[in-house]
Amino acid sequence: MLKRLVRWSRIKSPWILHLNSGACNACDIEIVAALTPRFDLERLGVLLKATPRHADVLVCSGPVTRQMKDRLIRIYEQTPDPKFVVAVGACAMSGCVYRGSYNILGGIDQVIPVDVYVPGCPARPDAILDGVVKLLGKL
Amino acid sequence: MKVQIPIGPQHPALKEPIGLRMTVEGEVIHDADLRLGYNHRGVEKVAEGRSYIQNLYLTERICGICSHSHSTTFAQGAEILFEIVPPKRGQFLRYLVSELERVHSHLLWLGVAGHEAGFDSFFMYVWRDREIVMDILEMISGNRVHYAINTIGGVRRDIDEAQRTKILDLLAVLRARTSFYLNLGTTEPSFVGRLAGVGYLSKEDAMSLCAVGPTARASNVPRDVRKDDPYGIYDEVPFEVCTADTCDVLGRTVVRIKEVLQSYDIMEYLLRNLPAGPVAVKAPRRPKPGEIVSRYEAPRGENIHYIKSNGTDKPERLKVRAPTLGNYAATIAMLKKGFIADIPLIFAAIDPCICCAERSVELVDSRSGRPSVVRWSELRRMAGRRAARDSKKRNVEWPL
Ligand code: SF4
Repeated sequence: MLKRLVRWSRIKSPWILHLNSGACNACDIEIVAALTPRFDLERLGVLLKATPRHADVLVCSGPVTRQMKDRLIRIYEQTPDPKFVVAVGACAMSGCVYRGSYNILGGIDQVIPVDVYVPGCPARPDAILDGVVKLLGKL
Repeated sequence: MKVQIPIGPQHPALKEPIGLRMTVEGEVIHDADLRLGYNHRGVEKVAEGRSYIQNLYLTERICGICSHSHSTTFAQGAEILFEIVPPKRGQFLRYLVSELERVHSHLLWLGVAGHEAGFDSFFMYVWRDREIVMDILEMISGNRVHYAINTIGGVRRDIDEAQRTKILDLLAVLRARTSFYLNLGTTEPSFVGRLAGVGYLSKEDAMSLCAVGPTARASNVPRDVRKDDPYGIYDEVPFEVCTADTCDVLGRTVVRIKEVLQSYDIMEYLLRNLPAGPVAVKAPRRPKPGEIVSRYEAPRGENIHYIKSNGTDKPERLKVRAPTLGNYAATIAMLKKGFIADIPLIFAAIDPCICCAERSVELVDSRSGRPSVVRWSELRRMAGRRAARDSKKRNVEWPL
């Protein structure tokens, strides 16, 4: 019973933390655009939180620069369990145009486990929406 | 008692990773230090291994908000090296997208400023209207953010008559909305009260710290590359440089809204006088050897690309000076004597684009070198201290 209640509340209000690990900003503005009236991710109970300690889902973008690697791991560890990671954009999946550069690791999954990948450069807000819905469906 | 507070790199007020280190006494900020490099992706080095056409798409991805600025600056420079001139219609379409980008960027900023000032409904309203601009951009180019419309020698896509009238209709809608925001932004007492007087930057400081773009214009420095050194078609388009004399965040807001209105005028002019003809000319395979500096007025200020060609199909060196870099020194001046609670607002007011500013390895050098006019010794000390600290922390794990 309690388990079902927890599961229900988890699906009904996933709070997200938006984390830029060296992205070019386009994916980030599309994530914010997904939260604004046209696409309105908030109607699914999604709320953008400011600290990892309040978040359930990390929405990450960017190819992970060497400077951000340790911070990314730290933020992942600060997020309470159970936690999920959505990688937004081609960068977060494989490094996109920066692949081969000396300062990037080439994808979020090189550093932390990823649950959902949203492709696109940048990913459209509708695609991000779809990614989040798929994640909720998986729970 | 002075206390140091670190802010960032991941912090609710900042959308991109950047570290700030504030020395505060009570509520008042005494000193500020920026810690950069979290977003450094090595774009300039990558550019040396790509051909000119590939580099158009790479420079576009320096920054997602002013993507067209970077690719246009690069294309302008490359076209001189290739010794070609894009046809009139191609230029009109290129700068039409430029102005659309300026509108989308300024509306985005306006929303963020509303959000930082605690006026969230304003944020939501502005972003809803911004979607109209995104629709126009998608209609012209096929993508919402990275338009990829430039090519060396012109643009890749043409627009037809139906699209032209559609854009003009949508511009009328946008103009009405923007006038409403201008009215709201300058008369709503709580909003004005929050913005007025915050982040003061005097005209002299703006000049000596080399502020660029709306930050400089809000301090009454009429600095705009489109007027000072017209590129492309800007010498034939009528428009005004918008300035404000309040030197604070309110001034920066007003300057941006006025610029958006100017952009509508420019776009209407471009669409009504759109010449017929081809949109691009074919570029030769290789450019002439040589070097070129290309300037462009991006939404955030002056953007400079330096391209060096050695006659092969890849540039030998690409150097990018993004507008945000020019504004860092001014930001530190603005933060001083301010309150902690104003940090997000002041920082947001230069419309920082960290990913723009962080592709070059010499970032630290250029920072300590730039403000030498004012406080050379002070900044030298700061930079030295930081270098000492950073060298220990630097990630030593290099490839190979
Ligand atoms: S996937 Fe594309 S749009 Fe997204 S951060 Fe990377 S380069 Fe930018």
